[in-house]
Amino acid sequence: MTRSPTDYAGLGLIAGIEIHQQLNTASKLFCRCPTTIREAEDATGEYFRYLRATRSELGELDRAAEEEMMQVRRFRYLQYDTTCLVENDEEPPTPLNSEALDIVLTIAKLTGMSPVPEIHTMRKLVIDGSNTSGFQRTALVAMQGSLPTGAVIETVCIEEEAAQRLEDANFSLDRLGIPLIEITTAPCLHTPEMVQETAALIGMYLRSTGRVKRGIGTIRQDVNVSIREGGRVEIKGVQELDLLAEVVRREVRRQVELLTIKDELIARGASVETEPVEVTHLFKESGSKILKKAKMILAIRLNQFAGLVGREIQPGRRLGSEMSDYAKKCGVGGLFHTDELPAYGVTIEEVTALKTALSAGESDCVIIVADTPERCRCAMKQIIRRANMAFEGIPKETRKMLEEGSTAYMRPLPGAARMYPETDVLPVRVTSEHWAGLTLPELLSDRIDRYMQDYNFTREVARQLAYSDHSQAFEEAVAAGIKPSLAERAYNSCLLDVQRKFVDNLANSPIRDFQKQTTQALANSPIKDLQKQTTQALANSPIKDLQKQTAQAFSNLPIREILDAIQEGKAAKEAMPELLTALATGVSLTNALATFAPAISTSDLHAIVMRIVEERAEFVRERGAAAAGPLMGVVMKEVRGSVDGKAVSQALQEAIAKVLTS
Amino acid sequence: MSTQESAFETGDQVRCTVGAAQAEGSFITSRDGMAVIKLGSGYNIGVPFGDCSFISRPGTQEAPEPAEVTQNQQLPPVTIVSTGGTIASRIDYRTGAVTSQFRATDILHAIPGLSSIARFRAIQLCNILSENMTPVIWQQLARAIHDEIKDGATGIIVTHGTDTMAYSAAAVSFMVQTPVPIVFVGSQRSADRPSSDNLMNGLCAAKAAVSDLGEVVVVMHANTSDDACAIHRGTRVRKMHTSRRDAFQSHGLLPIGTVSYPDLSVSLTDDAILRGSRTLALADRLEERCGLIYYYPGMDPEILSAYTGYKGIILAGTGLGHVSSRFIQRLANLINNGVIVVMTSQCLHGRVCDRVYDTGRDLLSCGVIEGEDMLPEVALVKLMWVLGNASSPENAREMLTQNLVGEIDRRSLQ
Repeated sequence: MTRSPTDYAGLGLIAGIEIHQQLNTASKLFCRCPTTIREAEDATGEYFRYLRATRSELGELDRAAEEEMMQVRRFRYLQYDTTCLVENDEEPPTPLNSEALDIVLTIAKLTGMSPVPEIHTMRKLVIDGSNTSGFQRTALVAMQGSLPTGAVIETVCIEEEAAQRLEDANFSLDRLGIPLIEITTAPCLHTPEMVQETAALIGMYLRSTGRVKRGIGTIRQDVNVSIREGGRVEIKGVQELDLLAEVVRREVRRQVELLTIKDELIARGASVETEPVEVTHLFKESGSKILKKAKMILAIRLNQFAGLVGREIQPGRRLGSEMSDYAKKCGVGGLFHTDELPAYGVTIEEVTALKTALSAGESDCVIIVADTPERCRCAMKQIIRRANMAFEGIPKETRKMLEEGSTAYMRPLPGAARMYPETDVLPVRVTSEHWAGLTLPELLSDRIDRYMQDYNFTREVARQLAYSDHSQAFEEAVAAGIKPSLAERAYNSCLLDVQRKFVDNLANSPIRDFQKQTTQALANSPIKDLQKQTTQALANSPIKDLQKQTAQAFSNLPIREILDAIQEGKAAKEAMPELLTALATGVSLTNALATFAPAISTSDLHAIVMRIVEERAEFVRERGAAAAGPLMGVVMKEVRGSVDGKAVSQALQEAIAKVLTS
Repeated sequence: MSTQESAFETGDQVRCTVGAAQAEGSFITSRDGMAVIKLGSGYNIGVPFGDCSFISRPGTQEAPEPAEVTQNQQLPPVTIVSTGGTIASRIDYRTGAVTSQFRATDILHAIPGLSSIARFRAIQLCNILSENMTPVIWQQLARAIHDEIKDGATGIIVTHGTDTMAYSAAAVSFMVQTPVPIVFVGSQRSADRPSSDNLMNGLCAAKAAVSDLGEVVVVMHANTSDDACAIHRGTRVRKMHTSRRDAFQSHGLLPIGTVSYPDLSVSLTDDAILRGSRTLALADRLEERCGLIYYYPGMDPEILSAYTGYKGIILAGTGLGHVSSRFIQRLANLINNGVIVVMTSQCLHGRVCDRVYDTGRDLLSCGVIEGEDMLPEVALVKLMWVLGNASSPENAREMLTQNLVGEIDRRSLQ
């Protein structure tokens, strides 16, 4: 049977999304620490812990938890002066943060959901180290709502954010406990584009509250994908919205390819051996360092698998990569398979010897792992398990996103066995008065329309302003009688221009050149993860500081005072860029006005204009009233933005008329 | 767990209405007038009973019994005496109920590493929260421990709630003269959570129980990291934090040893009393009519009339060991009537000295005994034991000022 990986209707694509968004609250969900993200170098202490899965009443471990247990890991946690004993799992949680709950309830109300009468906080087992307690606290807040597109929102939950993994088993506690909203749609989306559009729409609803965190890492999308013959797969942590559709496309392709492999395996009568064979001696002199140094090398023969293990199922991913992911759960670095050998220092002779040792024929594939005996045996079990799964099609899995939208296996889909009540947090009732009293924010989409209609802004300008932090200040200024176009410039377009120039000036050429050069150098090298490397290189460069400095300089600028000064005639609107820049560099408004908009009286203005016109009397007589245009610039330069253009124009016309009549 | 509000039983499938939404789940329990329902997703929600309707009652499912663990007969015999501390527990993921496990098999399932340390016998003395502990149960505990050692146990582990574990450890220290380690252990994080300290504390306690020790100790986390447990002398330890893993701290004496984790190697200091240094003996009489008074400025001496009939009083006084002059007059009356009064300090660290200030000298002259560097709670337990075992009031006064089982150090080193 042929399946087209882009015929989504024919394949029966079903997708749903889960959006996790950090809330911008004063304190965390279950303690009174601020929700501030810190740099690891600011850590004030560290400690070490182990976690272990606990057994359910059936004496069974949750499948996902059990797999994490394969490696006993010592987790290291960084503490800060902004974290406390609750993050350290050394103190019971405080009651559920009501500020966070109100934000979640507001979003639920916006999408027409029904609140849960009494909210119960649960413990969801997570033993990958990202939660010091070994569980994530989460509570179901509201059920059943919908978006204007018809997409159904099944549930909204409030959760605590996990600790940030710095690397391997190292975690930073600053992020642990920041309130999150989790919005889950029904599996009601049927194309990759619908998935992305729905995520964007939900993102807009979240932003409309004005009470969610912004910036990279503050929002994450998980997407659930399955096709009719496939299996449900949950892809975790897609941070870029623009990649969502591509992630779905690639997952559909992966499932289609795996189904094709399954058909082929069955057609070939393929099978998997059950006992690994030790082949350590074959690689004693190998050019591959990993193999040469290994304490043990185990091999397994996959009968009739040749060509299929190395077959691409997603850009950069093969069936072999899937097996490798399973093996890595035992702590091994990866595996080698004969579909890709000879390579990596392994010679054709070694491959022949390997195949001979395993009695493997042309149509068989041999897989080897190299590590300590214990890890090898564990990894082989996993490889055999995953190889056998290939006959069934698509394993139900939790996967993580890689660069550009391909995915790797993370763990099995968790069962319901991993949830039990958080007895340290009392349930919270949502009364009908509380629910009725929640005021709904204006949707940003409505605000854009309103700005376009009321103020005649283009969609782009209206959008920028509606999404900016200044939209409320803008509206207050307009309400106070300031012209919308002037207020818009101050709060949006002029401000953005000035900000851009400010960054340019700060950045200077060396760093910009560095950025350009790095990107170019990497683009020309055969290195794949260009973007990652650039980001890494720049993360430690002064550019990051520049962004911080700019953000600091431009936060809390007294923009409204500039507008008032212009309104009162103390400054011309033309002086706005200079005034904004001056204020951003720390100059007081009074000094900025004195420098860039010195008070010029009407009589001063007339004197200046008269002098300029008289100096150019010949030109004026020659051009007549049309001389006003060219002279405007000359006068404006002299008055340096302290007089409104209109007043200058009027004074000029009067002076020209006087000269012409004299 | 049926409820008064409804005919629902735990596990019943029910349908409930949440605003415009419908949901199905299983009924867990009634809480504050609401039905707690577990949805298919695993989340619990509270719904008014009026919004729930019965669907079906599934047949009861017996949880399979865990397989018996075969114990290595070559390993030393250790008895685990449980008083209600949950060193091993099972969560019912349906209801969230945490049930304590007491059989050796259950404990060995919960802490698999134990079976390679010793051969265990488990007895359940009681199942109480440690704030409900009483001197009568201390006595039962002492007798049970004595009997186990007499029957050949080479070490004892007592699992105990942490709130009053230090009192019980002190009580057993006085009542049982032991040649083998008697190790009290508990956990500050409930056993149902993956981060629980019960696993590490349990393994370290087991190692201490088969070690060279020969005294009563408390084994708990040494610091917030999972890297070592401290071994505290039973008469020198106090719970010093409401919630931290390392809440237990030694006073007046450094911990007498450590058990490192995860390699579980035991190291003991020179202060530790070694296995076999003493012969087994039980002296389990206690005089319960003893009180502990925490003095505060302005405390009305009238409060002492409530102690009529008491045989002894421990004062937790201020600083070097003081109470107000008004208080002393009433104390004198009590002492004249035969009550024994011992002064300890709220400072916890340091030695009582009532010879520095007039108030102190007045206390001494009316017959108050200086409690040296004893912790107030330990002094209370000692007073109960001394009054239960002394041959005369003079003998009692003598014993109170002497070090019996490490509760007093003649020299202050810290």
